[in-house]
Amino acid sequence: MNIKKSVGFYDTFDRSGSATRDTHYCAGCGHGILHKLICEALVDLGIQDRTVIVNPIGCAVFGYYYWDTGNVGAAHGRAQAVATAMNRTLPGRVVISYQGDGDLGAIGFNSTFQAASRGEHFATFFVNNAIYGMTGGQLAPTTLLGQKTATSPAGRRAEHEGYPLHVCEVLNQLKAPVYIARCSLADTKRIMQAKQAVRKALEIQRDGKGYAFVEFLSPCPTNMRLNAVQSARFVIEQMEAEYPLGCLRDDSAEATPRPAPAPAPAPSVFFRELATEGTAQPDPHFVEKRMKVAGFGGQGILSLGIAVAEAGRFAGQHSSWFPSYGPEQRGGSASCTVVVSGQQIGSPDATTPDVLVCMNRPAFERFAPTVRKGGLLICDAMAGVGPGEAPEGVRMVTIPASELAEQLGVPRAANTVMLAALSYLDATGLPREKLLEALDASFVKKPKLIPINRKVFEAATEWCRENIKEHGQ
Amino acid sequence: MTTFVKGNEAVVIGALYAGCEAFFGYPITPASEISHAASAWFPGVGREFLQAECETASINMVYGAASAGKRAMTATSGPGMSLMQEGISYMAGAELPGVIVNIQRAGPGLGNVYPEQGDYNQAVKGGGHGNYHCIVLAPGNVQEMCDLTIKAFELAFRHRNPAIVLGDAVMGQMMETLRLPAAECPPDDTRAWAVQGNAETRRNLITSIFLNAPMQEEHNRHLQAKYEAMRTEALCETYLVDDAEVVLTGYGISSRIARSAVDVLRRQGVKAGLFRPITLYPFPTCQLRQAAEGRPVVVIEHSCGQYRDDVAFHLGVPAESLTLVNRMGGILVTVEQVVEGVTARLSGKCCCCCPEATATPASGTCDSAPACPPVVP
Repeated sequence: MNIKKSVGFYDTFDRSGSATRDTHYCAGCGHGILHKLICEALVDLGIQDRTVIVNPIGCAVFGYYYWDTGNVGAAHGRAQAVATAMNRTLPGRVVISYQGDGDLGAIGFNSTFQAASRGEHFATFFVNNAIYGMTGGQLAPTTLLGQKTATSPAGRRAEHEGYPLHVCEVLNQLKAPVYIARCSLADTKRIMQAKQAVRKALEIQRDGKGYAFVEFLSPCPTNMRLNAVQSARFVIEQMEAEYPLGCLRDDSAEATPRPAPAPAPAPSVFFRELATEGTAQPDPHFVEKRMKVAGFGGQGILSLGIAVAEAGRFAGQHSSWFPSYGPEQRGGSASCTVVVSGQQIGSPDATTPDVLVCMNRPAFERFAPTVRKGGLLICDAMAGVGPGEAPEGVRMVTIPASELAEQLGVPRAANTVMLAALSYLDATGLPREKLLEALDASFVKKPKLIPINRKVFEAATEWCRENIKEHGQ
Repeated sequence: MTTFVKGNEAVVIGALYAGCEAFFGYPITPASEISHAASAWFPGVGREFLQAECETASINMVYGAASAGKRAMTATSGPGMSLMQEGISYMAGAELPGVIVNIQRAGPGLGNVYPEQGDYNQAVKGGGHGNYHCIVLAPGNVQEMCDLTIKAFELAFRHRNPAIVLGDAVMGQMMETLRLPAAECPPDDTRAWAVQGNAETRRNLITSIFLNAPMQEEHNRHLQAKYEAMRTEALCETYLVDDAEVVLTGYGISSRIARSAVDVLRRQGVKAGLFRPITLYPFPTCQLRQAAEGRPVVVIEHSCGQYRDDVAFHLGVPAESLTLVNRMGGILVTVEQVVEGVTARLSGKCCCCCPEATATPASGTCDSAPACPPVVP
């Protein structure tokens, strides 16, 4: 027989130990036929140089010995994820994922489903021979009912292994795929139809139009324990009865290529907006302050902490902020720890804070006993902490922060009142103008709120001046 | 130029300055802010961000982008990291470079979302199947979350090997001042091995299969030689070690707490020093030996002794000869606990693993450790 070899193939089969063979496939197997169809199409469409084939785990694991294209071997079931990334990082290239039924329909089905649903721009060639080949004839998701395999010795039973998986029909429920077809490799007429489907899927890739999926019913004489002719007949008579051939979808005429990405700035330009120029250097004599802020979520606990830490940065000091996070943030309570220091900061946590701001009663109960002797505790009056409840050796100051904010018409600015109190009491060691600068910075995305918060800050400072005595309250 | 960001955000800034072209990830606390920032900033500078369907897909997407010779990354926490082990093993086998960030949380299993360092062995001992190692970097502050992400790309591409940035929930969640990197990394020339869908790279092949056993062994020997050659990349930081009478060691959040403890101990007149590995693989073995020579060593970690065992291995001493101060479950070791552990060690009272190292009974042995071996100075 005189067979014309496509230049899409390597000239020789160079696998070590295979000197006496031209292929590692069994006689009567469908893989070799499909390999040839792919190679011919790549050459005819002129895309051999810009094609990458993701090789599967399974009998086609050695596809790279045949296809003279770029080749990447993927883990079992992961070819769709690998192809997804290759297509997204190599725009304009043709990417093919070549997979068998175990790889694509069992271990890798979710990846297949998700890639198809995203409409990834690559072609999937899915070889369905109703059995695991390389691993030794075990049950595949596409194994027919009653079919005996190494792991279904009595034949597949619907009540035990479920029904044969119809991958094309499942994918056809999705919006994104451009082309879905099922072909057969069992005889010449069918191979010629399969050839057209391969070509169509690759044209869609050449034109950058989206996801194309072609299933090939394929004979596996060795694992079906049949000869080549019998196994081809099995495909035609039994597999095609379960898996009808045909094109399920062809939207290639309407599909449009992905738009070219808009020009984007370099990171050094992009991040400039996020950063500030600063010349201040840490003052090694600045006494480290460890502060905790605690209260309900929504009281601006975390942002008050960030404002103090940011003021530390603006002043050139080292500063850190560590929040409570996770499920707790939805459960009502919130807290954070701020450390400002003239030296490199060790632990960002504070087991015995110098300063504690409590915005509610539970925060007081949880954290007030931890304040170090000689430390400062600032409570919102709303927390209802009586003067006699101050921990021994700790100065407690009560501020009607929520009430003041409410009176000023900005109920959410109780944290700004507390920032003013921290400033008035010099609790942070940071200059007032740096705290104000940080207050402004915290509203960088809502600049309208800056003047009103400044007003709250001034009013709160005034309240402190009138109500806080040097060593009294 | 400075900014004030979470460690998780600093990772993304570092990645973009490193020339990372694609981020593939699946959300998980406490690493999710990395995905949040990446989804905004990667497209902002014209790079690819894709939320994958699971961590298995994320790492295989990194594998795919790396196969194309591109800088790509993913980020996750413990449960996701476990799912990625298959893909990381394949990357190591196929010699593909890429960066995986693990913001460690408490485990095993679902555990919780609070800080722990229980993934140490998984990161530094390979983690998946086969004879391989990942490059492992352990940031100790927000600046390093950025800088070591850049370093991870540099090392990964120099050695064609996956690199892990092993953070923890504190490093990820805390905010600190970040100095923006001075310059962006130049692109890599990967044409010699990558598959890029062009004539030049058409005959390149990415795979980790060697059905021929002698070839597989040869490949393994090649990988081991590569890991050996990486040892010169080891990095560490020391703090007040020169005149130290006791050396504390820890990485990530543990090193921060240990640093505070060193300051407290010094104020109390105890000459304490700190040895902090920056690369956990390759481990700075020689530097550790120099720092620890003839001195008692106190190990601070948020795991069961995984790091202590490795320190003992690198020092060539029994693990029991090192004092372990640790917490697990998402609870941070306190500075006071470290100070007490060091004090107890120096007074010869305790030399063993105490889950609550603060408790040192007067008898000189720990009730949690029935047979206390003799103290090694």
